Formats: sequence, structure tokens, C-alpha cells
Amino acid sequence: MSWLDIGALDDIPPRGARVVKTQHGCVAVFRTHDDQVFALDDRCPHRGGPLSEGIVHGHAVTCPLHGMVIGLADGLAKGADEGAVATYPARVEGGRILLDAARLIRGRAA
Amino acid sequence: MKQKLVLIGAGMASGRVLEHILAQDPEGWEMTVFNTEPRGNYNRIMLSPVLSGEKTYEEIVTHDDDFYASHKITCRFGEAVVQIDRENKVVHSNKDIVPYDKLLIATGSAPFIIPVQGKDLPGVITYRDMDDTQAMIDASTKPGGKAVVIGGGLLGLEAAAGLALRGMEVTVIHLMGHLMERQLDPAAGYLLQKDLEARGIHVHCKGATKAILGQDRVEAVLLEDGTIYPADLVCMAVGIRPETRLANDAHLEVGRGIVVDDQMRSSDPDILAVGECVEHDRQLFGLVAPLYDQAKVVAATLLGQDAAFRPVQTATKLKVTGVDLFSAGDFADAPGREDIVFRDPARGVYKRLVIEADRLIGAVMYGDTADGSWFFGLIKDGTDIAPMRDTLIFGPAYQGGTSADPLAAVAALPPEAEICGCNGICKGTIVAAIEGGATTLGEIKARTKASASCGTCTGLVEQVLASTLGNAFEMPAAQPICDCTDLTHEDVRRLIKAQGLKSMPAVMQELGWKTSCGCPSCRPALNFYLLADWPLDYTDDAQSRFVNERNHANIQKDGTYSVVPRMWGGMTNPRELRAIADAADKYAIPGVKVTGGQRIDLLGVKKEDLPHIWADLNKAGLVSGHAYSKGLRTVKTCVGTDFCRFGTQDSTGLGIKLEKRLWGSWTPHKVKLGVSGCPRNCAEATCKDVGIICVDSGYEIGVGGAAGMDLKEIERLAKVATEQEAIDLTVAFIQLYRENAKYLDRPYKWLAKVGLDWVKAQVVDDLGNRAALIARFDLSQSIYQRDPWADRATPQAQMGFTPLADMTQEAAE
Ligand code: SRM
Ligand SMILES: Cc1cc2nc3c(=O)[nH]c(=O)nc-3n(C[C@H](O)[C@H](O)[C@H](O)COP(=O)(O)OP(=O)(O)OC[C@H]3O[C@@H](n4cnc5c(N)ncnc54)[C@H](O)[C@@H]3O)c2cc1C
Ligand code: SF4
Ligand code: FES
Repeated sequence: MSWLDIGALDDIPPRGARVVKTQHGCVAVFRTHDDQVFALDDRCPHRGGPLSEGIVHGHAVTCPLHGMVIGLADGLAKGADEGAVATYPARVEGGRILLDAARLIRGRAA
Repeated sequence: MKQKLVLIGAGMASGRVLEHILAQDPEGWEMTVFNTEPRGNYNRIMLSPVLSGEKTYEEIVTHDDDFYASHKITCRFGEAVVQIDRENKVVHSNKDIVPYDKLLIATGSAPFIIPVQGKDLPGVITYRDMDDTQAMIDASTKPGGKAVVIGGGLLGLEAAAGLALRGMEVTVIHLMGHLMERQLDPAAGYLLQKDLEARGIHVHCKGATKAILGQDRVEAVLLEDGTIYPADLVCMAVGIRPETRLANDAHLEVGRGIVVDDQMRSSDPDILAVGECVEHDRQLFGLVAPLYDQAKVVAATLLGQDAAFRPVQTATKLKVTGVDLFSAGDFADAPGREDIVFRDPARGVYKRLVIEADRLIGAVMYGDTADGSWFFGLIKDGTDIAPMRDTLIFGPAYQGGTSADPLAAVAALPPEAEICGCNGICKGTIVAAIEGGATTLGEIKARTKASASCGTCTGLVEQVLASTLGNAFEMPAAQPICDCTDLTHEDVRRLIKAQGLKSMPAVMQELGWKTSCGCPSCRPALNFYLLADWPLDYTDDAQSRFVNERNHANIQKDGTYSVVPRMWGGMTNPRELRAIADAADKYAIPGVKVTGGQRIDLLGVKKEDLPHIWADLNKAGLVSGHAYSKGLRTVKTCVGTDFCRFGTQDSTGLGIKLEKRLWGSWTPHKVKLGVSGCPRNCAEATCKDVGIICVDSGYEIGVGGAAGMDLKEIERLAKVATEQEAIDLTVAFIQLYRENAKYLDRPYKWLAKVGLDWVKAQVVDDLGNRAALIARFDLSQSIYQRDPWADRATPQAQMGFTPLADMTQEAAE
């Protein structure tokens, strides 16, 4: 894995998200209340809503458009809904956010 | 080895077969689905709401790509099967040859086309699938367009109503003497025709189509009697015939449909058929309820289980919003039959029951169909109705001496009474789901599929919920805020004040929240309660706000935003208009619209551009219009004494004063005001949260109006003599609302709970309290009345609107 420093943890508010632009669309990077980070495609499986704009609760985010709840760790829709988004390896080291560069460049089909 | 199952047709019947197989034997089959339509299974019966614009295609998809992918079903959508080779057990499409062990034909029906001259002209459309629907939607975009629908049956009328809702001028041509003659008797057909005509749909009965006229595309329809109706679009909805061509060519036994036995097998035991393409016991099927029963049997047969298809009675409803009709059974006049008729001309209600040998055999109802399923139950069960004959027509509420309470009618239904006709769900199944813990319509839908198809039984399902759960369902007030707590909104508001809880963690800790950091239901509510109760102590939490309030703009369906500057009281000037025009040019704004709130909306702004366009608008003195907030939206005014010959007071001036006082305040739900200069009420003040009507002698202040999902006229709070008093009362009222209402209750909903009298006592009669409320409002405004646009002009704040990193330049390996 080729870990790439994409910014400081504090660039993202707790229970918030920012996006990383890639050639195949935006990847949403979430910071949860317990300072974990998760990276997922910024496209809701329902109708493409920007997940990065959803309300983050626990290790899940609620899509801002129609309220689908997506697990941040596995990218799977919760509850009665079906659907999944691609997830990307992400971790925090020394207050910096690291993502897997190869995966980001290659896209979801890894 | 998995068996190979090939399905021809991805429609409603075969979709149900898939679900049954996957539920019972998910690994046993290797499945391939062919479909002529370039898409999978969707809820065809909901095409009418799509046509009318009440639903989108996405909302009616039953099986999406994920469904097929996750169950490893091979999809060949947009690929028709052209031949079945029974000898080699393969099917041919234009592209490929696919082998099968078992084959299921589910090709549905094809619309019948009357063989008249001009039937192939462009603009002549049938009504069967999404492409037809889209073609009609596209055709309806032409302003002033005219449509002729041939066929006044179920489909034709749904098409007509949809096209009319889309703004077309619609004529329905029907061959018979009255509409829907297969389901309705003439009296009900008449009421239906009247209703449709009231919607502007022209109905021509006893009309035989002679030709469709036009050069390069359709221009008019000519009837045998010489009438000509101009038409930009002709929808032919005169009937369907089973799609049996493949079966015919393969020499299967075919009558009007593909002949199947009780196990849904065709004359070749390895080939089954299901849906509208089949004929069982000389009968055809055109509604989904029996098809779903067939689907169950198909799955059982494939899985080697015993099952036999037995057709049941079906009932019909027309899915045209606002038209209530119901028909079931046989209602033709015949010797030995009697009817009971009830009419209420004033309400446009008609009910007719047909009785033969003390059994109910048919029912037609128009205008009031609440008892439909009860009657349908009597028909299906062959109940002896002699003992209740005299009161039968009044429905179940009048039987056995129970009261006329509408819920009693539902409570009186036996467990086997059918509630959801589409899915064949009876009351007992729904009650069982409720006893198993379901408490909402959504849960009932998910567990039983009741009301999950055409949705006309939604009200009934809710009544079953209400009658089974009693107060638990009727009184949502007793509902906890969300799954994070057992407390209600009211409890939480009270405890926040009583225990002096001033932060979100404090609330969650002290009140025993069950989750780590709440959820999207409770967090926005808590954030509001805290900032409203403790304006000086609490720090607003952007992460607990819905996207619109966090980004200070309305998110649109494509992820862009809208920008609405405030125009105080609806007044503007050339400088502001120029700044808006310049911004629209500079940021290539795709849509500029005058809103219903007397101001201008810039639609389709990219997130990164937001801080910049705001800064530009700020320079011209424009501030955020909070068109996205649970807070003060707009104060609509009329021109008043400034210009109008009837104006009694300066309504524009008062509106501007109110808007300047109230803007920026957060409220439980949005708040809109209107000030009209005289009772002609051009500012529509009588349907606002606060509406002021100016009269010669002063100001009439009303509260609790609404014109959204509910329509409510304001109720009089007070009449005052001076402008200052009008402002004071308004401010005090809004603060009372801020301090007491449940999050997401508009003022009218809150008023219904606390009562207008209580509110009057607080703000009209008790002058001390009025002053205290105003003081608390102004204190809050000292913190919260800030232009969010100006606040976000710093580089620091702007960064939040940009990507964290941009990797679009990185090359792939
Ligand atoms: C822009 C505007 C329509 C227009 O083109 O004119 C509009 C647009 C939206 N309205 Fe509205 N409403 C607009 C005037 C109205 C009016 C008319 C009025 O204010 O005089 C009403 C009925 C009056 C009323 O509120 O009682 C109205 C009743 C609603 C409702 C139903 C509220 C209710 O309590 O029943 C909603 C849904 C909600 O708020 O939960 C809603 C929600 C929406 C949302 C925010 C839907 C959403 O959540 O995304 C729409 C945003 C569209 C977008 O993509 O930006 N809109 N909306 C109007 C903006 C007015 C303004 O200048 O701020
Ligand atoms: C506008 C409208 C409103 C309706 N409203 C109601 C209602 O309110 N209540 C109700 O009960 N019913 C209603 N119906 C009827 C209901 O939709 C049908 O009874 C039901 O869809 C039939 O299901 P099916 O699977 O037999 O056929 P379909 O759903 O029509 O599916 C058949 C599929 O097979 C495909 N196909 C055909 N030939 C081939 C081939 N050779 N190769 C591959 N694919 C092929 C077709 O493209 C089609 O997608 C309505 C129908 C319409 C059109
Ligand atoms: S703007 Fe209002 S009425 Fe129009 S679609 Fe959106 S919410 Fe519905
Ligand atoms: S786009 Fe996410 S829920 Fe609809």
C-alpha cells in the first residue's frame, strides 16, 4: 500500500466530512466523533446524493437527499434499504490523514 | 449442478417469481432474465403517477441493478427472445443462444391497436411501458398541446388524468355509452364523467374512431359521426391482448393466452408461463393480484412443491388522485337479482349492491369507497347477508349495533378481510405484523408488502394500525424523539430547562441517550432546543444541522445549491437587480427564478462557488434570505398605501420592519409572514404563520395559517390600533413558539396542541409576559442575527467549501 498524506485530521470537523477529488469522482473522507477516519465514494447508491454533506452519527452517515443510512466501515446501506458504496483504506497517523494513493487513482474497481 | 432457469420478460409477474425462488432456494438456480424493455422490473401499475408527475421512474423501480447483481442473475435487458427451440432446450435472441433446463414465459400483454388509417403516424402512442409514458410526458411539454385518448377504460382514464395534470387539453373518446363499463354501472360512470369534466377533461362517449389524420405526424382524430378533434398526441388505450407469439411459434398450446394447468405448466412440462400472457381455465388475467398468486405457484412448481393456482375475485380502483371509485364482482342486471342503491347527490356519492339468493355478488361505489373492502369480503366469502340486509348499504359500522365511528368499521372487519388487493394481504396478516412489533406504515409495508404496490389502501392500513394499536398510533405525541431515547420532544424540552442542560453531551449524558452521538432525528432538534433556551451559553453545532442549514443554501437533486438573497418585504431596486444579474452571468447560473416568496432564486450554484457569489452579492448590500432555514423565511407584502387606491396602512413598511426585526432567528420550523394593506389581502396573509391585515382602524393579527401540505386559514390573535403593537405581538408570538413548540411543528400544529386561548393569555392579555418574551427574543437576536454570507467571507471559512485534496491530475498506473 502506498499511503498518501492528504491533510490534517483537524481539517475535518468531528462528525463531519470533506471530499477528495479524483479522476473518477469525489471520495468523501469522514471524521467520526471518536476521531476515526473513513473514506467512501461520495455518491449515495440511491440517487447519487453527496454523502459528504450528510449528518454523521456513530460510524454511519445519513444521506442528505432522501435519508438512506450508510455504514462508514463497510459502505453498506443499513436498515431495510439495499445498496453499497465503495470504501477506501484510510487511517490517521500523528494527526495526519492517510489514504491509499493507488486505490484512489485506480478507483472503486480495485 | 445448478439448474438453468431462463425467464422471458422482466415484468411484475416474473419479478415476483424471482423473489419467491430467492427466498426459498437462493443457491439452487442459475438464472437469466431477458427483457425487451431496456430495464428490469418496475411497478408498472404506478406508471400513471409517473405520467401525472406525482412520482418519478426511480421511485417505482422494484428491482434495481444491485438486486440483480447481488443475486447473480444474468440480465439481458433490451434483448428480446425471438425463438424458443424446445427440442434443443435453448432460446434464441438476436444476439445469442441460451440453454435452459426450465423456461418461464412471462411476456405480459401487448396493447391492442385499432386498425384504422393513420395508426402508425408519429405521435400515436400506446400505454404500456416506461417508454410510452416518457413519450407522453415529452409530448405534453408543448404549451397548449392537445391530446386525444381513445378508450375510456382504466388505462385510458389514468392516461387522460395524467396528461391533463401535465397541462394538456384532453379529450377521451369511448366507444360505449359510459366510462369504464366493465367495472361501473351507468350511474357511477356518469359521476365519474362529471368528475373528469370538472377537471377539464372532455369526454365523448359512443364515439367510434374512423381515422387518425395527419401528414408527417398526427394532427387530428376523425370519428364515424364526423366529429374531428385536433390532436398533437393520440394515446390508444383500447385494450390488451396476451403476448403469445413465442409460444405460438413453439407450438405450445395457445388459446387466447398460453394455456397452463393448475401448476402453471404449459403443454411442455419444462416450460411454465405466468402473468398476463397466460390462460387458465379459459380465463385471462389483467390485474396484479391473481398474477402474484400465480407467481407463488410457479416458484412452488419449480422447487418441486405442491401448489395449485385458484383464481380469486378481484376488485378495481382507479388511480386518479381525488377520484374515489370501487367495483367488484358482477353487477349486471339479471333475473333473480336485486339491488340496493344509496345516493347522496350533494356529496356526489353513489353506492349500489347487487344481491342474488341472499348473497352479495357485486358492488359499485363512487365518491365514498371506505367500505369497499368489507363488501368485497362479503362477496368473496359468499356470506349470507339476510340478517343485515336492511342496513347493509351503510357498511360494517352499522352492523351489530356498533357506532358509526369510522375506525369501528375497520375494527369490525374479520381477520380474513382483504386490505391490500394488489398483494392479497388480509387484515389478519397486518394485525399479526403489528403484534410482532410493527407500529408504522413503513414497517407494515416492509413486513407484509401491504400498500407497497398501488398504494390506494394506505388509509385502510393506517386505520388497521390505529384500531389495533389504539392510542399508541393515534397519539404520536407519546412517541419518543427517535431510537436514541425513550423521551418525547416535550419531555426533553422540559428537562433541558428544568435541569439547566446547556450542551449536547450534557443532554445525552443526563437524559440517558442510548447512542454515542445521537442521530439525524434527535441532533437537529437538540441543537435547536439548546440554542433557543440558552442563546448566550450554547454554541451552535454545524454538524448537527441538516446540509441546507450547514451550508446556508438549499441542496438540489444534483448536489448543487440555490442562492436566495433577501428582498425586504419584496422590495428591490435596480442596483440589487444588477448585482443579481451580474452574479448570474459570472457564475454561469443555469436557472434564475422568481420564488413564491417575492424574491429571486439563483439555482444550480456549485458548492465551491457559494462563498464567492455570496461575497459579490454582499457588496451590493444583499444578505442571505434564509430560504433554507428553520427560521424566518419571508415577509410577503402588498403595495399598500404607497401606491394602491385601497390601501389603509403602510403594509409594505410594516412588512419590512417585521422582516428586519425577525430575520436570522432560528425557529422550530420555518416561519412565514404576510402583511396585506386591506382585506382584499393581496399578500395572501391569511395563510401565513403570522398574517396581518391592515384595516382603517388598525391591524388584525392572525396566526397559525398554512398553505403547504395542509391548508389552514389564520385564526384571530388580536386586533390592535398601532403599528408598534402589531410588531410587539408578532415578536412575542414568535418567541413563545420558539420556546415551546416541538421541533418541526409549524405554528399551526403547535397551536392545535396548546390552544389559541393559552397563547392569547400569554401574549395578548399578560402585558408583563409579552414584554419578557420580546426581551428574550431580542437577547437571542443579539447573538443570532448575523448574515451567514458575511460570516463566511474569511479564507478560513471558505476552505470548508473546497475539496480537501485534488487528485484529478494524478495518472493511473
Ligand atoms: C423556491 C420555492 C419555490 C419557488 O420556486 O417559488 C420553494 C422551494 C422549496 N420548498 Fe417551498 N418553496 C417556496 C415557497 C413555498 C411556499 C409559498 C410561500 O412561501 O408563500 C409554500 C407554502 C406556504 C407554507 O409554507 O405554508 C411552500 C411550502 C413548502 C413545504 C411545505 C411546508 C409545510 O409545512 O407544509 C416544504 C417542505 C418542508 O418545509 O418540510 C417546502 C420545501 C421546499 C424545498 C426547500 C424542498 C427541499 O427541502 O429541498 C424547496 C427547495 C427547492 C430547491 O431546490 O431550492 N416548501 N414553499 C419558494 C421559495 C420562497 C422563498 O422565497 O423563500
Ligand atoms: C398504466 C397501467 C396501469 C395499471 N394499473 C393497474 C392497477 O391499478 N392494478 C392492477 O392490478 N393492475 C394494473 N395494471 C396491469 C398490470 O400492470 C399488469 O397486470 C402486470 O404488469 C402484468 O404483469 P406481467 O409480468 O404479466 O407483464 P408485464 O409486467 O407487462 O411484463 C412483461 C415483460 O415482458 C417483456 N417481453 C415481452 N415479450 C418479450 C420477449 N419476446 N423477450 C423478452 N421480453 C419480452 C416486456 O417488455 C415486459 O417488460 C396496469 C397496467 C398499466 C400499463
Ligand atoms: S419547489 Fe416545492 S413544490 Fe416544487 S418540487 Fe420542490 S418542494 Fe415541491
Ligand atoms: S440519494 Fe441518497 S438517499 Fe436518495
